[in-house]
Amino acid sequence: MTRRRERPTYGLRPADRRRDRLMTYVFTVGAVGAIAAIVLIFVFVGREALPVFFSAEVHEEVTLSKMVTPLEWRANKPKTFIWQPVSEVPKYSLPPLLLGSLKATLIAILFATPFAVGAAMYSSEFAPRRAREVIKPVIEMLAGIPSVVLGFFALMVLAGWLKEAFDWKYRLNATTAGIALGIAIIPIIYTVAEEALRAVPRQYREAAQALGANPWQIARRVVLPAAAPGIFAAVALGFGRAIGETMIVLMASGNAATWSLPLTDSVRTMSATIAAEMAEVVNGSAHYHVLFFIGGLLFVLTFLINLVGEMYVGRLKRRLTGRAG
Amino acid sequence: MTIHRLTTVFAMAALLLLAVGTSGLAGKAITMKGSDTMVILGQRWAEVYMKTHKDAVIQVTGGGSGTGIAALINGSADIAQSSRSMKDKEKDEVKAKRGAAPSEIATALDGLAIYVHEKNPITRLNATQLKAIYQGDITSWKDVGGPDEEIVVYSRENNSGTYAYFKEHILKNEDFAPQVQTLPGTASIINAVSKDEWAIGYGGIGYSSGVRPLAVANEGSSEYFEPTEANVASGKYPLARPLFWYTVGEPTGEIKALVDWVLGPEGQAVVSEVGYYPLPKPKTGEAPKSDSGR
Repeated sequence: MTRRRERPTYGLRPADRRRDRLMTYVFTVGAVGAIAAIVLIFVFVGREALPVFFSAEVHEEVTLSKMVTPLEWRANKPKTFIWQPVSEVPKYSLPPLLLGSLKATLIAILFATPFAVGAAMYSSEFAPRRAREVIKPVIEMLAGIPSVVLGFFALMVLAGWLKEAFDWKYRLNATTAGIALGIAIIPIIYTVAEEALRAVPRQYREAAQALGANPWQIARRVVLPAAAPGIFAAVALGFGRAIGETMIVLMASGNAATWSLPLTDSVRTMSATIAAEMAEVVNGSAHYHVLFFIGGLLFVLTFLINLVGEMYVGRLKRRLTGRAG
Repeated sequence: MTIHRLTTVFAMAALLLLAVGTSGLAGKAITMKGSDTMVILGQRWAEVYMKTHKDAVIQVTGGGSGTGIAALINGSADIAQSSRSMKDKEKDEVKAKRGAAPSEIATALDGLAIYVHEKNPITRLNATQLKAIYQGDITSWKDVGGPDEEIVVYSRENNSGTYAYFKEHILKNEDFAPQVQTLPGTASIINAVSKDEWAIGYGGIGYSSGVRPLAVANEGSSEYFEPTEANVASGKYPLARPLFWYTVGEPTGEIKALVDWVLGPEGQAVVSEVGYYPLPKPKTGEAPKSDSGR
């Protein structure tokens, strides 16, 4: 590390100055290392996925067009999307996996958003200080529950309850997994949404009060619209978290790669497919490269969603702090 | 990663500690890797063997038959445990990478059981009906003589030897229907079937609680057989299969001692204790040359 500019010493003793320089160096190395690791992961996944596009050997078994068009899986049966990578004729249809991921994630968002945003509204607008000091840490503690525990709960307890209550055909299905996923993403939605609500300037509230609005009207008509982009960002971040989650869906969704609309059907998600099959696959085979390709897709998807979310958070902060957004 | 595998890792660590603790100095460890169906069996063998052979250290992990065979090929395992025969391609790879052809040793017998919920009135199915159920042609129990209820079909994940065996012997290598739900590990299948009154699943006979194995008949046969020890040993039960060990070349030294012990009375007693079936008659350590067409 060469520094072009001598840092101010603030009259520090030489020993302290050395320590200061050393720590600066340590932190810089840490930061650069972390960024390098992320870039390298991206490069590695991309490199292992590339043969899906270019390798003739892989193309003998699977091509991009074969991944997105219905395939024949039995004589005199209509063609359909089918995921059977271990077969006489391996079949890698991606649409059921993508749909499966989206179904489970959609349920998770629908389940988590009302709870998380409602809790955020309460703790930022209505809760007495005492209550807020309890609610916030408790909800944030939810994030500390390992997903394998949530998955186990969904598999052993929740699935049974829901099947009893609604008489579904499949005990393990997109909705069961989605609700467990929802529990997992409540904390992130709550935290970001609460921050957004609290970032709304006090003057807005005071102005509304001066016009004779009651607390509910203020929250509903003034604060919520002002914080809307932040709430949207919170949901987007939750979406990104849910679509990449693996353990819960692997355990509670049933993993059947069906191309069907009902939300109570069993689904096989992209992440669960990778988790279930990666350990077994022959390195360098078409199956191996397809799994990396799915990993790459997930990576790009979550990256885009998080990017959109972060953009909105930034825009909101600028708007509320009065700078041109 | 399955919970199953995590427990395997824990068990392995515990075994290691135990082994190191009792032997004082650990010799060269024998690594066994492979079939999830056989992982409990392998661990029991290792435990009992290490009690009587103080200087032996055996590590057992699961992960699936394919994983075990891959580990044998790349040299990270001494013994591959497999619930299916090696494919010719895999045998060639062992020869190419390790310099000797693999030996196939049948160590125990397993009946692949077809499980239903204990309240299900159906007691038997033939191979043709099973194929139709797993390919989505039959979707209701009433088509096989049961009540008018939809069948919920469970299968193993496509990385398991049990899956490969079922696909070959019941589906005749055709594809499963997309609606078939897959779960990692036989234990998960048993658990799911025990909680779902109209479900069907398959797995090793070593597991059975809350579920009932069906009697099975071969295609075109009207003779149904329960997966009992006698029927599995005599080969009458249609889904009887040997559980294999594979080594690189003929077993020698410590590995040979272990193989001989497993095929002997003590090792076979462990097989019964775990819930699988011992081999019909004790074999010597000589590896029977298998035909790969099974």
